[in-house]
Order: sequence, then C-alpha cells, then structure tokens
Amino acid sequence: MRKLGFSTIMLWVGLLFLYLPMLILVIYSFNASKLVTVWGGWSGKWYAELLKDEQIIDAVFTSLAIAFYSSCMAVILGTMAAFVMTRFRHSWAKMTLSNMITAPLVMPEVITGLSLLLLFVHMADLIGWPTERGMTTVWIAHSTFCAAYVAVVVSSRLREVDRSVEEAALDLGATPLQSFFLVTVPMITPALISGWLLAFSLSLDDLVIASFTSGPGSTTLPMVVFSSVRLGVSPKINALATLIILAVSLVALIAWYVAHRSQKRSMARINEE
Amino acid sequence: MKLSALKRPNGRIFTIGVPYLWLLLFFALPFLIVLKISFSSMAIAIPPYEAIFHYRDEVIEFALNIGNYILLMDDSLYVSAYLNSVKVAFISTLWCLILGYPMAYAIAKAPARKQTILLLLVMLPSWTSFLIRVYAWMGLISDTGLINTTLMSLGIIDDPLRIMNTNTAVYIGIVYAYLPFMVLPLYANLVKLDRSLLEAASDLGSRTLHSFWTITLPLSKGGIIAGSMLVFIPAVGEFVIPELLGGPNSLMIGKVLWQEFFNNRDWPVASALAIVMLLLLIIPIALFHRYQSRTMEANS
Repeated sequence: MRKLGFSTIMLWVGLLFLYLPMLILVIYSFNASKLVTVWGGWSGKWYAELLKDEQIIDAVFTSLAIAFYSSCMAVILGTMAAFVMTRFRHSWAKMTLSNMITAPLVMPEVITGLSLLLLFVHMADLIGWPTERGMTTVWIAHSTFCAAYVAVVVSSRLREVDRSVEEAALDLGATPLQSFFLVTVPMITPALISGWLLAFSLSLDDLVIASFTSGPGSTTLPMVVFSSVRLGVSPKINALATLIILAVSLVALIAWYVAHRSQKRSMARINEE
Repeated sequence: MKLSALKRPNGRIFTIGVPYLWLLLFFALPFLIVLKISFSSMAIAIPPYEAIFHYRDEVIEFALNIGNYILLMDDSLYVSAYLNSVKVAFISTLWCLILGYPMAYAIAKAPARKQTILLLLVMLPSWTSFLIRVYAWMGLISDTGLINTTLMSLGIIDDPLRIMNTNTAVYIGIVYAYLPFMVLPLYANLVKLDRSLLEAASDLGSRTLHSFWTITLPLSKGGIIAGSMLVFIPAVGEFVIPELLGGPNSLMIGKVLWQEFFNNRDWPVASALAIVMLLLLIIPIALFHRYQSRTMEANS
C-alpha cells in the first residue's frame, strides 16, 4: 500500500514539474514591468506591442501556410504508407518502406536538416531546381518528417478497423480505389484528422529543420522566436510564448479529442458485439 | 472489366510507389549526399566544398578526403563534445526514468476513467512548443531569474546559484522536454501487465517491494527500453537546449554541428560530424526499432 502512495506522489510532483514553469511564464507575460524578474502589476501592454511587430506577424503567416500544406502532404504520404504497412503482403519493398517512414521519428533533427539542405543544394546544381530555398523546401522537409507521425497514427487505426467490410466491398465488385474511398476512409476519418492536426502542430513548432531548409524570404515563427530568445528573456516574448502555448495546445487537444472519441466508439461497438 | 483488371496491380504499385519514391528522394538519398560531402574538402565557394569527382582528360578522377574524420579524432574539441553529449544524454535519460517510471506506474494503477485524463495531462506539455518550454526555464534559473531572486530575498542564499550555462541546466531542460516521451511507452507497457501475477506473488507471501523488483520491473523491460531510446537518441543530437541553457563549457555535438555549418560554413566537417553521430546512434536506433516492430506485431 505504501508503494502506491509513493508513485502517486511522484505523479503529482512530475505534473507540477511539467506545468509550473509554463504557468509562471504565462503569469509573467502580464507583467507591467520591463524587468522580467520584478513584478510591476498586471498589464496587457506586451500583447498590444506584439501586434505592432510586423516581423512577427509575417512569420506567423509564413508558419501557418507551411504547416497547412505540410500537414496535407504528410497525411497523403503517411496514409499511403500506413495502408501499405497494414494491408500489403510481406515483401522487401514493404519492409524498407516501413523502415524509412518511421526512421524520422528517432532521427536527430540536426541530421535531418543538414541532409535535406545538402540534397537541395545538389538538386539546384544538377537540375536547376530549387533555384532558391524558401517555403517549398521547408514544405518538403516538413512533409517528410510529419508523414512519419501520420503513418504511426493511421496505421494503428487501420489495424483496428474491421477488414471484412473492405473485403465485402471488393467481393461485391468495388474497385480497390472505390473500396478505399467509400469504405476505408470513412472508418479512419478520425485518425486522418488527428494525424493532420498532429502534423500541423509539429510543423508549426519546428525550428531546427526549418532553419536548415529555409531561405531569406521564408522566416518561420520559431526562427524569429529563437533569434530573440538567444538574447535573453523579454516580456514581449513571454506574451508571444503564451499565445503559442494556447494555440498549439488547443490544436493538440482537438486532435486528442477526435482520436479519443472515435476510440471510445469503436470500443463500445466491440463491447456490443 | 479489362480496364479494372489492369488497374489493380497499377493501383498497388502507385500506393507503394509514391511514398517510396518520396522517401527515397527526400530521406535516403540525402544521407548518401551527407556521406559524400563528408569526404570532400572545404573551399571558399558556393557551395563551400570541393567536388570529389573530377572529369579531366576523359578520365574521372576520384579524390577521397578523409581529413575531416582525422580532424574529428585529433581535435579534442570534437572528442569531448561527443563524450559530453553521450554523458548528458545518458544522465538525462536516467533522470527521466527515475521520475517517469513512478508516474507511469501511478497512471497505470489509477482507475480506467482517470487514466485518459492523467495521460493527457502528461502528454499535453509535449504538444506545446518545444522552444517555448526551454525558454520558460531561462527565466527561472538564470542568475537574476525567479528561483535565485526568490531564494535571495528570503535570505536562504547570499549568492545566486549558478545553474544557467552549466550541464545541470541542460539536464533540467532535457528531462523537462522529454519526460512525456518516457512516460508514454512505460505506461503502455505497465497497463498491459498481468495483475494476476502480482496477486499470485502476494498470495504466496511475496512483499510488495520484492514482487516489484522480481515481477513488475523485468516485465516492463520493453517499455523501459522504448522510453529510454525515445529520450536518449534525440538528446544526443539536441541543439536548442544546450544552445539556450548550456554554457560554452557544456559542448554538445548537435550544437557543434550547427556552429560548424552556420558560423564556420564548414559543410564537410559538419557532414562528417553527422555521419559519426549516426554511427554512434545506430545501436540505440536498432534497439528501438526492434522493440517497435515487436509491439506492432503483438498488436496486429
């Protein structure tokens, strides 16, 4: 009985450790004082100042655009790979594909970033494209590493769904394409949505890979934050950080909720049967 | 009819072909290029390295330069950066395990209703911005940060604790950032644990702590390995945390690679650093992969 007490205490200590620093950051973003460690009363002026900063506003839109296109591509690639991993017969091609798609999950970011940059430089040299690094190159890089996460989410869902429905559709004369879009996709929609949202928040958050693969006109939000954070703590960055924490956790919460609800439903269905 | 019969194999080839080609081009090929560049020498040019292959007098000349690798072994800066990275990653992983294991254990033992909420509470921070979470610690642990000013105004300490710009700061940062990745696989493993084994042990008179060491811990080996690798591998190559929290003395290889690339513009040395880092990580990555494919097989 005593051990249960110990692990429960550790759980709360751990959660406190995880949330306290961010909570303090959020509180201090409303600090009226310019000095970050001196409390000068409540104020929202740093938020007002944020909105005036054009560099930050530009970066927000660049980041959102890249995250949108990357997560769309990541869902397409990740779903195709997940389908191969769960529905195709065992083959050498399938094995190498599943190794390649999940490898970015554990690859240090500096290596992924460096290797993609060198690829783009070589491609520009050999085929004349990309002439300049920018949003397209970041999009390619983000699509690749986000596809890994989508593949994991979607393949675990594909393993769960009832395969006999797909087989029935095929037996009744549907083409594999019809069976996929009319039968499989509706069953895995929650996984597709949560995979998309996960990819979106990962792309929005990435600093290292974007720094390697972006060019002059495509500075993303984490790059702007990083360059000012390097100079030290400032109340304005605290305000920006608060907004980012809010936005990203909101996206993540929705992703979690969608996945969780569908899981609950399918569990209920299994229990009914 | 004929058309659909034709389409079927094409559809299969298309489904496997598109992601395959994409990954071949944007994941596998780049590594070969890194390997190639690591054998070339630096040049004042755009791009800043010399070609390995020269086409001269109708023969292809092939000049392999292993100078970058010799430099990595000779220069104590690189050697100590590698050693420090492994040390920092190892100690941080250990702390994650010490803190994360009881957390995962408590969640796995909680009533099923509570489990999802607790798990969400643990995972939520890992979904918010990584950069911001590291930044949050800067305001806490710097010499004029919240911890020091509070302790000094309370009269507990006279001089500020020197945490910022040390390895300790890097440990705090890594444990803070990666703790959820330790808890998740441990939980997934512990929740599947057969409770009847523990009950049998206690029926047979085994004390709780004893059955923990002899039953729970060995059975959660898979979770421990997966969680540790998920922390250790990215921690070795970590750049943001040593850059923002670590000082000039807490050299880590990810930071050195970044500096070689962006500050010194020495692409060949940066590539060689990446190759050696990969070699270092091959065993942990293989371990993780084996565990993952095993759980995937077990689930299907």
